[in-house]
Amino acid sequence: MADKKKKNLPPAAQKYQSFQKDRETKRPLLKNCVKAFFVGGFICFIGQIISTLYIYYFDFTEQTVGNPTVATLIFITMFLTGFGIYDRIGQFAGAGSAVPVTGFGNAVISAAIEHRTEGFVLGVGGNMFKLAGSVILFGVFAAFVISLIKLILITWGGL
Amino acid sequence: MLTGHRTWIFDKKPVIVSTGTVAGPFEADGNIPKDIDLLHDNIWLNQSSFEKANRIMMEEACQYAVKNSSIEKEQVKFFISGDLINQITPTSFAAKTMNLPYFGLFSACATSMESLALSAFIINADGADYILSGCSSHNAATEKQFRYPTEYGGQKPPTAQWTVTGAGCVLVAKEGNGPQITSATVGKVVDMGMSDPFNMGGAMAPAAVDTIETHLRERNVDASYYDLIITGDLGQIGHEVSIDMLQKRGIAVTEENYKDCGLTIYREGQPVLAGGSGAACSAVTVYGHFLKKMKLNELSRILVVATGSLHSPLTVQQKDTIPCIAHAVSIESGSDVQ
Repeated sequence: MADKKKKNLPPAAQKYQSFQKDRETKRPLLKNCVKAFFVGGFICFIGQIISTLYIYYFDFTEQTVGNPTVATLIFITMFLTGFGIYDRIGQFAGAGSAVPVTGFGNAVISAAIEHRTEGFVLGVGGNMFKLAGSVILFGVFAAFVISLIKLILITWGGL
Repeated sequence: MLTGHRTWIFDKKPVIVSTGTVAGPFEADGNIPKDIDLLHDNIWLNQSSFEKANRIMMEEACQYAVKNSSIEKEQVKFFISGDLINQITPTSFAAKTMNLPYFGLFSACATSMESLALSAFIINADGADYILSGCSSHNAATEKQFRYPTEYGGQKPPTAQWTVTGAGCVLVAKEGNGPQITSATVGKVVDMGMSDPFNMGGAMAPAAVDTIETHLRERNVDASYYDLIITGDLGQIGHEVSIDMLQKRGIAVTEENYKDCGLTIYREGQPVLAGGSGAACSAVTVYGHFLKKMKLNELSRILVVATGSLHSPLTVQQKDTIPCIAHAVSIESGSDVQ
């Protein structure tokens, strides 16, 4: 895709882009991966602690503890986002804080805070899912396709 | 007047009689807080939205420019300004408050010099005797419009830049004491097919190089004529790229006589990645920092090249490239103007 796009450019632009590329600060890929691994792992570790506590102190089983754990993590994210800490964690951790459910929570909450100035209905309501909306849409669609595949395999595949 | 294809020589030498600069808390913590007239400790400025805060900063910059001069607001003939928000509403509301005849401009971060060049042109042609010229930007309002919500935890690449919260304004007059505007070169849109909105410095560098080269050729001077050539907001990457390009074309610029406002306004260690950007970046730094240096006789001739990337969130999503522009204005001390 990138190469195809490049071919349509005039030669001067192509020449400039490679000239510029040599001077561009590169994303520190390996460092980012390591940071993402540890921060993402740490968030999951906190999630594990929460679910273990819930099973130990309350009447939850391993199957039912998922929802309250996710809710608690998102609740914590809400505070971190509101106090302006989550975006700093995000700049440091990248995918580490974006991939877990806290990243999803942050996307919804930050948009809700941002558009508060335009009112509750058109502002918060209309813009809350502007980042996370596509995750919900394609997530639900992917789940639908996979459950169809599962159904077909069970009905005709003899699983 | 017109020299070459796009350079104006101002024979009546309009004067910058006063300046007004305003900035936010992040700039107050930066490299040049002493040179800024008014520093706010909160980006909200006690307003209910960031856009309103932007408007207030523009008004304050105008008021400071008038206050720092010897004239009254009623003597000002025109207000020429712009900002980065859709339909430049903060500037238009500021124009309402100022109650002055108004030209609204948009050249993204090159608005500061576009406005200064037009002001000087009007004054040089006897179209007015006093004009307020400036521009403003607000970090959070710009992030909201161009990128993601302020509190969204997305990771920015090291090429990204930090939009300056602030406003800068100058009062340009037909005569008076202060640095004189001697010439201006109007930029052409240069598009090298760059499409990454997180690397605007790299995209804008060719526009800056084109304008600097044209200016020096059409004005028939060497780069050493200026004590400093100052670019608006190229940042780390754009600065390095443009310095290499200029040197390749035989224009003698070095790290000493070629500075960037985006690298001047913040100090080392602030989390601004590749440097500052935004319309207020060049306005606050040039009108606050560099013009003060001219007053102290540390500098006598500067060429300010404000660079702007003229994309919108829509064109970026539609996979368009980033068209870039750079406008240059030369400012020289009163004593030894040619």
